[in-house]
Amino acid sequence: MGVEGIGARVARKEDKRFLTGKGRYTDDMVVPGMKFAYFVRSPHAHARITGIDASAAKAMPGVIDVLDGKQLQADGIGNLICGWMIHSKDGSPMKMGAWRPLAVDTVRYVGDAVAIVVADSAAEARDASEAVVVDYEELPVVTTSLAALEAGAPQIHPEAPGNLIFDWQIGDPAATDKAISEAAHVTEIEILNNRLSPNPMEPRATLGIYDSAEDHFTCYTTSQNPHVARLVMSAFYNVAPENKLRVIAPDVGGGFGSKIYIYPEEIVCLWASKKTSVPVKWTSDRTEAFLTDAHGRDHVSKVKMAFDKDHRIIGLKVDTIANLGAYMSLFSSAVPTYLYATLLSGQYAIPAIHANVRTVYTNTVPVDAYRGAGRPEATYLLERTMEVAARELGVSPAELRRKNFIRSFPYQTPVIMNYDAGDYEASLNAAMEAADWNGFPARRAEAERRGKKRGIGMSCYIEACGIAPSQAVGSLGAGVGLWESAEVRVNAVGTIEVLTGSHSHGQGHETTFAQLVADRLGVPIASVNIVHGDTDKVQMGMGTYGSRSGAVGMSAIVKALDKVEMKAKKIAAHLMEADESDIVIENGELKVAGTDKTLPWFQVALAAYTAHNLPAGMEPGLKESAFYDPSNFTFPAGCYIAEVEIDPETGKTDIIQFVAADDFGNIINPLIVEGQVHGGLAQGIGQALLEEVRYDEATGQILTASYMDYAMPRADDLPSFTLSHQNTPCPGNPLGIKGCGEAGAIGSPPALINAITDAIGHDRLTMPATPLKVWTALQDAPTRLAAE
Amino acid sequence: MYDTSYHRASSVDEAVNLRSSHDEGRYLSGGMTLIATMKQRLAAPSDLIDLRHIPALKGISVEGRRVRIGAATSHAEVAASSALRAVCPAISDLASMIGDPHVRHMGTIGGSVANDDPAADYPAAVLGLGATVITDRREIAADDFFTGMFETALDEGEMITAIAFDAPDKAGYAKFRNPASRYAITGVFVAKTGSGVRVAVTGAGSNGVFRHAGMEAALSTSWVPESVASVSVDASALMSDLHATAEYRANLVRVMAKRAVASAG
Repeated sequence: MGVEGIGARVARKEDKRFLTGKGRYTDDMVVPGMKFAYFVRSPHAHARITGIDASAAKAMPGVIDVLDGKQLQADGIGNLICGWMIHSKDGSPMKMGAWRPLAVDTVRYVGDAVAIVVADSAAEARDASEAVVVDYEELPVVTTSLAALEAGAPQIHPEAPGNLIFDWQIGDPAATDKAISEAAHVTEIEILNNRLSPNPMEPRATLGIYDSAEDHFTCYTTSQNPHVARLVMSAFYNVAPENKLRVIAPDVGGGFGSKIYIYPEEIVCLWASKKTSVPVKWTSDRTEAFLTDAHGRDHVSKVKMAFDKDHRIIGLKVDTIANLGAYMSLFSSAVPTYLYATLLSGQYAIPAIHANVRTVYTNTVPVDAYRGAGRPEATYLLERTMEVAARELGVSPAELRRKNFIRSFPYQTPVIMNYDAGDYEASLNAAMEAADWNGFPARRAEAERRGKKRGIGMSCYIEACGIAPSQAVGSLGAGVGLWESAEVRVNAVGTIEVLTGSHSHGQGHETTFAQLVADRLGVPIASVNIVHGDTDKVQMGMGTYGSRSGAVGMSAIVKALDKVEMKAKKIAAHLMEADESDIVIENGELKVAGTDKTLPWFQVALAAYTAHNLPAGMEPGLKESAFYDPSNFTFPAGCYIAEVEIDPETGKTDIIQFVAADDFGNIINPLIVEGQVHGGLAQGIGQALLEEVRYDEATGQILTASYMDYAMPRADDLPSFTLSHQNTPCPGNPLGIKGCGEAGAIGSPPALINAITDAIGHDRLTMPATPLKVWTALQDAPTRLAAE
Repeated sequence: MYDTSYHRASSVDEAVNLRSSHDEGRYLSGGMTLIATMKQRLAAPSDLIDLRHIPALKGISVEGRRVRIGAATSHAEVAASSALRAVCPAISDLASMIGDPHVRHMGTIGGSVANDDPAADYPAAVLGLGATVITDRREIAADDFFTGMFETALDEGEMITAIAFDAPDKAGYAKFRNPASRYAITGVFVAKTGSGVRVAVTGAGSNGVFRHAGMEAALSTSWVPESVASVSVDASALMSDLHATAEYRANLVRVMAKRAVASAG
């Protein structure tokens, strides 16, 4: 490894512009004649629209136009889609209700867009939005998945009777039932996974620009995957053909999944730009973000885990109901199915698994992937169940896990996934040692003397990243392939541009991707630029989510670099009159091995472009592209340990220590990986202790629509994290990378809840473990001795 | 935010005159509640009369045991005042726990007391110290000042100019923060004064800040933390919301009172 190559702790190149306020975000974009949009949104969770009168609004100062859903429909703009087809176990396709970009006859959640106001200023647009008179006939409301499935529940979409979208299963029900009936012990538990709001620092924004001379659209937007946005807007929403639609996602301030999806606002602003003949910009405020950004999680599950007399798991049965909100968002159907139930084997050899998943409509914000997407739900369910089982069986939670670990690879689970490599015990041992697990009883006793309750808990997670082999996901219902693309463009004097289909919105690609090039070619990272986020510049790509940019995106760069290197070696061999196989690249030079003949990198690049003396038949230039389609998912795994201290008088939990031992395979930049883990842990701790979207069940009003009531983790809620890395390189991709973006958010919630329930002495506690809930739980009699 | 007209007053008289000539006007001090509310379009004053540049409203004076804090004095100034800390450290400590550094450098004692947010800290101190609220036209005893949530004895257009009190023998404040907003879910100010023990509770009452007679009696008998631990707190008069039930708040009133007494020494 060079000082800037693979494995080097290089400070992020992009941070200078972010930290000095020079980032260029969608809302920073200014174009001539630009006007501003404000959306009229439903104040009701469920209502019929009986009339819209915009005449007063249109007469207000600065107003250019007010447009509604009927006009949008008349212009042939299509409905929003869900891009992953799931079939119920009876073979019927999922029942997708219509999601119109602007509601026409019915609104289904508070915040559902009804009309767009375009005006000279954002303030005038907002003023006028208050003058748009929408007549609503209120309808009954349902907000929870359990209530939505009850007989007589309000019907949300005519296409989905009883609000059931699909009733899907995976695994072997008969074998699982048999295992449960023959078990020496069955642990039964009900698991709630709380609904979360993503809260990226930058709210969503979009700028739609229609050029009538070229009949061409440009869409600036806060997207994690601009090419997918263009594809979907072209193919399904009839905004414009792909060659007439440029999508640019410039600097994007965090996504966490919520910026994967195509929302109504992008489509409506593009359409409105054509209707009004002015560029139209919309920027969400924080309240709108709470009301309209896709939420995460919201599962209710029943679990049965069966053990034999030796405490080996012999079966796992899961029944989950997932709340998908008022409409099916872009990947909403994949999250509680193939991103969730396929991970239910965890790190354990479980011979029989059966999971049944029902998804339902409710009058709430659509739910889709949020950091981890299905895998946090699987991990929380499994690791809470393992902890409860250990307590019921009276054995150490570490030993119960150790006994059931998968130890030989590849390992085929009963739920599709084929784990390629791992060493779960290495992470468990590293975490226990770092946490001084064995010294805990003394620390607990010391805390007890101070009147505090200490608890310790662990979680052994696995996730499927490097999303994903295209043929495999296609066979499971995905509407797209999940390969990635790269183009490596060597300039005439040797500087390099890498055009990647990945998209950085906090991940540090401009640094890590440059490190890869530096490692291969021996050039400084300062001479490498990473270009992403613009469909006019970059070839088709699939974007960033599912911890895929390293494992998939960088693998595409490796393939393109292979081609560049091969051609450069041919040129160098020709120029130095040597054999191509004798050329090596070292420290920015091409050398003939075993001689003192060298050519600097830039001279080879120049030779490629002057083309004065190239091998016979070789094309000029030094620019290569590649597409990489992974052969399998990757499987990051690890062990997290939380130690907490509870103030029994107030129920407040302090995290005394948090240990994360992760196996991400090979690591390009440890500094950035640690940052990713820190951020993931903060989000997981947020879910475990603080965050929850709450609705008024009678009215469907969201009760946590600001930071006054939605508790985000702050620095003083978090300890200093203790991190370590174990490494079983991923055999499936050229760099041996597994991915690190989501692990922290996946592995941490069960570790914390296991620690808190250890401290309070019983398991009747749901996330988030707020002081109120923990204090209330402490008023319950413990059902086991805390010292067990 | 709706359009509004901004006025910078340079004297109390000018401010009061401006206010009386604008029916829909509002005084603006630190703006830590008002500006946020206006940005949410939940308040729409036609005019804002900025009080932060009136010299008479600023500063802290301590003469013997008598303390006077100008209404436009920021929380950071109260927290940092060595003169105040020498006679009543509890109020400086309280000020140092309000909001975050930005809030403490913008927000003022007069603004907080006039707003009377049921979860604000200062109402507990003013009531707990038995302070006097001095306005442009009269003096109001703390016991008469706070009349409900966001409600005070201030008349239309009446302006707080200072808070005055006699430094207590002992005082302490403890609060339990809302995990989201960090406002007080429950805050208790205890004071042992020449005229008796006072215990004021903020954040918990369904009718705003209140005194707790049972705790005052118990602490009058014995000024030790244990005295309040067993005092019963009536949950039926307390708020329930997403973050705390009335029963939980009743518990917190006892726990915070105990900790406030302990901090008072």
